[in-house]
Amino acid sequence: MKARHQRLLLIAAALVALGLVAVLVFSALKENVAFFHSPADIEAGKAPKDRIFRVGGLVETGSLRRQEDGVSVSFIVTDSVARIPVHYKGILPNLFSEGKGVVAQGRLTDDGVFVAQEVLAKHDENYMPPEAAQALQKAHDSGIGNQKAKD
Amino acid sequence: MIPELGLFSLILALPVALCTGVLALWGAQRGRPAWIALAKSGSVALALLVGVAYLCLTWAFVQNDFSVLYVAQQSSSSLPLLYRVTGVWGGHEGSLLLWLLMLAGWTALARFYSRALPDVLRARVLGVLCLVAAGFLLFILFTSNPFLRLIPGAAEGRELNPMLQDPGLVIHPPLLYMGYVGFSVAYAFAVAALLSGQLDAAWARWSRPWTLAAWAFLTLGIAVGSWWAYYELGWGGWWFWDPVENASFMPWLAGTALIHSLAVTEKRGSFKNWTVLLAVSTFSLSLLGTFLVRSGVLTSVHAFANDPARGIFILAFLVAVIGASLLLFVWRAPRVGLGGRFALLSRESLLLVNNLLLAVATGTVLLGTLYPLIVDALGVGKISVGPPYFNAVFVPIMTPLLFLIGIGPFARWKTASFAEILRVHKWTLGIAVLAALTLPFCHGVWKPQVGLGVFLAAWIFLAALLHFFRQARATQGGGSLIASALKQPLHFWGMHLAHIGVAVFVAGVTVVGAYEAEKNVKMAPGDTVGIDGFRFRFLGVQSVEGPNYQALRGEMELLENDRLPRRLFPEKRFYRHSAMPMTEAAIDAGLWRDAYVALGDPLDRERPGGEWVVRVYVKPLVNWIWGGAFLMALGGLLALFDRRYRNRRRAVAQENIAARN
Repeated sequence: MKARHQRLLLIAAALVALGLVAVLVFSALKENVAFFHSPADIEAGKAPKDRIFRVGGLVETGSLRRQEDGVSVSFIVTDSVARIPVHYKGILPNLFSEGKGVVAQGRLTDDGVFVAQEVLAKHDENYMPPEAAQALQKAHDSGIGNQKAKD
Repeated sequence: MIPELGLFSLILALPVALCTGVLALWGAQRGRPAWIALAKSGSVALALLVGVAYLCLTWAFVQNDFSVLYVAQQSSSSLPLLYRVTGVWGGHEGSLLLWLLMLAGWTALARFYSRALPDVLRARVLGVLCLVAAGFLLFILFTSNPFLRLIPGAAEGRELNPMLQDPGLVIHPPLLYMGYVGFSVAYAFAVAALLSGQLDAAWARWSRPWTLAAWAFLTLGIAVGSWWAYYELGWGGWWFWDPVENASFMPWLAGTALIHSLAVTEKRGSFKNWTVLLAVSTFSLSLLGTFLVRSGVLTSVHAFANDPARGIFILAFLVAVIGASLLLFVWRAPRVGLGGRFALLSRESLLLVNNLLLAVATGTVLLGTLYPLIVDALGVGKISVGPPYFNAVFVPIMTPLLFLIGIGPFARWKTASFAEILRVHKWTLGIAVLAALTLPFCHGVWKPQVGLGVFLAAWIFLAALLHFFRQARATQGGGSLIASALKQPLHFWGMHLAHIGVAVFVAGVTVVGAYEAEKNVKMAPGDTVGIDGFRFRFLGVQSVEGPNYQALRGEMELLENDRLPRRLFPEKRFYRHSAMPMTEAAIDAGLWRDAYVALGDPLDRERPGGEWVVRVYVKPLVNWIWGGAFLMALGGLLALFDRRYRNRRRAVAQENIAARN
């Protein structure tokens, strides 16, 4: 009888612990998930103001500026519909270049500047981050859609 | 001609694997000695055929045969010979062939190092392995043929991704695959045991060395990968919770649980069902990892392929393997029976908690890795789950697990006394708390997370020493204590070495996480930047010619209080074929800290002799991370060579036969 009680106690303790873990996991997930928004989304006001998210598109040619300190940079991310200025302090990845795809993670400030904490440009010269590719595709599709509507 | 020979050999391997697998399993079920005997020769033939295919592909790389598509994609004639040989696994097709080679190799090992096993059981184990190999052969032949010809042949190859032209890549994938694939043997043993309905202590004892070997290799493979990312990617990080890293980490967590639950099954006969389930899960997670990495659903440095057919094939294979084994489990497991009883506090119960925590940890990594894929598939949006999630979840789950490492070995099987454990531990606990309160001040500031990390590291380390000491004294007899310590069995040494490895790892992770210093600065030649007691003096940048790249090599002088100045040479390389820039960090490595410098960009691209953006780090105890992992793997390998896995085999086989009759 005693052994059975002990076993029940063990199972109960394990269940309580699992419950705690589940709460922990889901709250951590809720706080730390970064959604992806295209520049057009951001311009339309769909991006959150109070939390981290990702933006992706092309780095506009000729938009890269370096501040006097050498490590603060700004550039414009575009999906050919909207243009979002991005500020970043740090070293840009090797494959970051104008006219290429990029994904940045950070926050949107009140004056519409995206302050990036992380800038990702991927591992291959011809590679386009899928988020960036999708943003361009979406912009392209909606552009065609608008034209058709006009016709 | 040679590539055709390779392809022919690969095609021939498929029916060999299929026939051996099916006939061996069928024969074992029906008791046909001829078919059972086939398993032995069939598995050797498979290994030989796959070996020949692999050598043929390597030959094509060495000979710069650019009429083979894969070679033209991955190699070039200016690539150094070493990277041509290792470039074989630099892409999708070749790395799958390496996977298969490992599997065939493990199968051959299982054939030669299982002489003591009853023939029927051996036939089942080899049969299962051959069927898994057949699945991979199908995959390679139908979706990823590495021998595909390029007609007309290319004059020159596209060359290996520069990121992979590094000594770290030479050993990372083979070690990792040895681990991944090694779990297939534990899986085969589990399935064989389910088929025969004989899940006993002998089964666990046979499984253990194979599981330990796979686990040790996986540990090394992950550690080398992490080390490579640290010095090659130029970000100074050692773990990014990248989905592909997670793909290798999940089987590691499950494999760690499996090692511990096998111990219970062997010693006490408990947890049998759970152990079988873990063996199945561990290998399934290895396959899932392969699926995630190879199908292109994840985007990362490791994801070569973007061919949906491949993804669907691996997914189907995954479902077949997991589904079939789970069905078999449901059908057979109830027959297996419960093991010995144990009290609320006992070594069994502590190992049960260990297993639960590791399983939960695996689950949280799985969730964090798959969640973005699920959300994407549902069309709700695109998301990413970053390191903060994993850090927030992992610390609370790992803390109790790490604490229990110090208690587990002291708890007796069946029933343990809390008072006794506390009595034994009063000093170790005190010293560990003291260390947590004082040691962080070596670096200046006391932080709670450092206190916790130092406490856990010191606690695990001291507990391992104490347990070792007590055991050595208990078996001392008339001799000296040291002689007695040396005479302890290898599995005992292995366990404590691996646990001390965990302590070293925890210390490294804690200290580097809390006290690393980083600066990104603009530097002109002659400038000096100070960071955490070091001064880096930038001397300028020169152009250097490499075998297949052009480099800008910076020269840095590292000044530390009373030591001679040292020179560091960080590079920015431009690979000619791929036109890809690469950062080569320069590291002054040490036991207590690394000084790390990487070149960013020149402020003016036209004037590389001028100002540069430079990234400097000082990373205390960072090498303890890989040192700890190395100790863990060494512990696993030591335990693997324990005498009882060799000498007793014959005896156990006899016991088993006796038990059956």
